[in-house]
Amino acid sequence: MNLTTALQLALRALWRNKTRAMLTTLGVVIGVGSVIAMLGIGSGAQQRIADQLASMGTNSLVVRPGSVTRGGVRTGAGGITSLTRADADAIAELPDVVAVAPSVRTTAQVRYRGTNWGTAIEGVTPDYVTVRSWQLAEGEFFTRRHILGASHVCVLGQTVARELFGLRSPLDESIVIKGLSCRVIGVLTEKGATAWGSDQDDAIFAPITTVQRKLEGITHIERIELVASDREASFRLIKEIKRLLRQRHRLREGQPDDFRMHNRAELAETSEESARVFTWLLGSIASVSLLVGGIGIMNIMLVSVTERTHEIGIRMALGARQRDILWQFLLEALVLSTAGGVLGIFLGLGGALAVARFSALPVTVTPVSVLVAFLFAGLVGVFFGLHPARKASQLRPIEALRYE
Amino acid sequence: MTAPLLQIHGLHKAYVLDGVTIQALRDIDLNVEPGEFVAIMGPSGSGKSTLMHILGCLDVPDTGSYQLNGQDITRMDGNQLAALRNREIGFVFQNFNLLPRTSALENVETPLIYAGIGKAERRQKARAALEHMALGERLYHLPNQLSGGQAQRVAIARALVTHPSLLLADEPTGNVDTATSAEIMALLDALNRQEGLTIVLITHEQEVAGHARRRLLLRDGRLELQT
Ligand SMILES: Nc1ncnc2c1ncn2[C@@H]1O[C@H](COP(=O)(O)OP(=O)(O)OP(=O)(O)O)[C@@H](O)[C@H]1O
Ligand SMILES: [Mg+2]
Repeated sequence: MNLTTALQLALRALWRNKTRAMLTTLGVVIGVGSVIAMLGIGSGAQQRIADQLASMGTNSLVVRPGSVTRGGVRTGAGGITSLTRADADAIAELPDVVAVAPSVRTTAQVRYRGTNWGTAIEGVTPDYVTVRSWQLAEGEFFTRRHILGASHVCVLGQTVARELFGLRSPLDESIVIKGLSCRVIGVLTEKGATAWGSDQDDAIFAPITTVQRKLEGITHIERIELVASDREASFRLIKEIKRLLRQRHRLREGQPDDFRMHNRAELAETSEESARVFTWLLGSIASVSLLVGGIGIMNIMLVSVTERTHEIGIRMALGARQRDILWQFLLEALVLSTAGGVLGIFLGLGGALAVARFSALPVTVTPVSVLVAFLFAGLVGVFFGLHPARKASQLRPIEALRYE
Repeated sequence: MTAPLLQIHGLHKAYVLDGVTIQALRDIDLNVEPGEFVAIMGPSGSGKSTLMHILGCLDVPDTGSYQLNGQDITRMDGNQLAALRNREIGFVFQNFNLLPRTSALENVETPLIYAGIGKAERRQKARAALEHMALGERLYHLPNQLSGGQAQRVAIARALVTHPSLLLADEPTGNVDTATSAEIMALLDALNRQEGLTIVLITHEQEVAGHARRRLLLRDGRLELQT
């Protein structure tokens, strides 16, 4: 008996029990559908995190002032003023450092003609846009000359530009920050929210010297961001910067650091890892339903074997060999599971689209996940179909024939 | 003299059920020549069906030898027996044993499927076999849409479509009325006389056995009388 004939027999047998076949398939449809949808949601989340990390720059490090204990009193984080631009310049000399951006930050109520807006004022250097890989939408960023001169210029984030100027171009207009009139020389492109939900576009950028001297009256800096040439270098640089800063700040053996360092690469790794775990979790929960669908197939096939024992006996009397019976039942299970797989793919894609549409969650259904779910469904069919099929084929002809 | 189609010597078959051994067949010796029409009679429980199942290679004897067409059955495995059933033997049962919810045509096609015959040839042969049984109008009827006599004729068509060397019939007229019974026996008679088909038939009815040219009596698992 060849395969097409066997397939015809299987299809005909299933057709005689349409409702049952459909209900059995439904289990696999839901299983495959949920695997695809869940993997889609999972890899969507993974993709989103990867995008955000890329926009943050994953090879970047952040140095901030630490707390220090003086006579038993510990200041809060950033409570010390030990970090200076000279530190930043020294770090820039280290090998594998691509760019360094020292910064200070304050908040202010900013005025432009009749309107005003409360926002963050970032004092930064020209390298800041390199470090954050941020582009300008219009105008230009300030230069070394502006830093040296502590010029009264600034660059706006999209949110600030929109709030103060609406649809008009802010270029060459003057805004007032804490009584200081600054000329707008550029506007940055939209960067969106951070992974933690704060709006990165709600800020004004001015030369670091201007903010230090004219707005705050300080000489220290509050933050150094830097980009390493690659991930490995960023891990290595943590140690080197630590040694450099301890030496520059003349810290003795046993004295605690007066700065802290964050490695974005480290953060990236943990976020990516948790996104992966999340995907696996969703995927495995969905696989359970596929497994349940498979057990449904086995259940129905076992019932079917018992119910059709007499028929099997007749077929054997007419010359069916063990493998003919085996194939007939195995193909029935396979048809059920692959039909379920195909329908499940559509259900999964539909479900993923619906989730993407009605929630803010990004959903990416990869061809690989579709293929895996489909193959898994086929495997479920073979796995759960094999036992009933073997059981049917190993019946002794005379016993099957006598079975009532 | 031609070689016997069927040659049985010293055949035993016992069933063990709940520790009790039932000697269903004891020391059976039997030869059937090609073209014979043999009837096996005997009281209920005498072992007729058991013998029939062994003759039809659906079951194997405990001891003794059985050669069908010169082939030693006791040395064969499941696949070889299946092929032998398909090729050499046609079955007709008391309760017809048609595949349920399957048309007459597909029922008759089934043994051809297992013989590995292609679809077109299968169709044509099955159709011819049914037409030969005067069932050309009933090709697409399901078993439950056929009368007893028609169902049995479908079963006979299915048994003969592979051109077997032996037709085994276990009380083929047991479930039909007298008129239909006569009709079926006339059919078997004709097949035996005109086409030289070898038939071994089990029956309770003297009348039916009268069609056979040789009658055997089974009693308590033993072959007693041959006429
Ligand atoms: N599978 C089995 N297990 C146990 N005992 C069996 C089995 N099949 C048949 N027997 C016993 O073997 C004996 C012969 O049975 P068999 O069916 O051959 O009788 P029979 O002559 O065909 O009877 P009937 O005319 O009623 O059909 C009986 O005593 C029966 O109970
Ligand atoms: Mg019987």
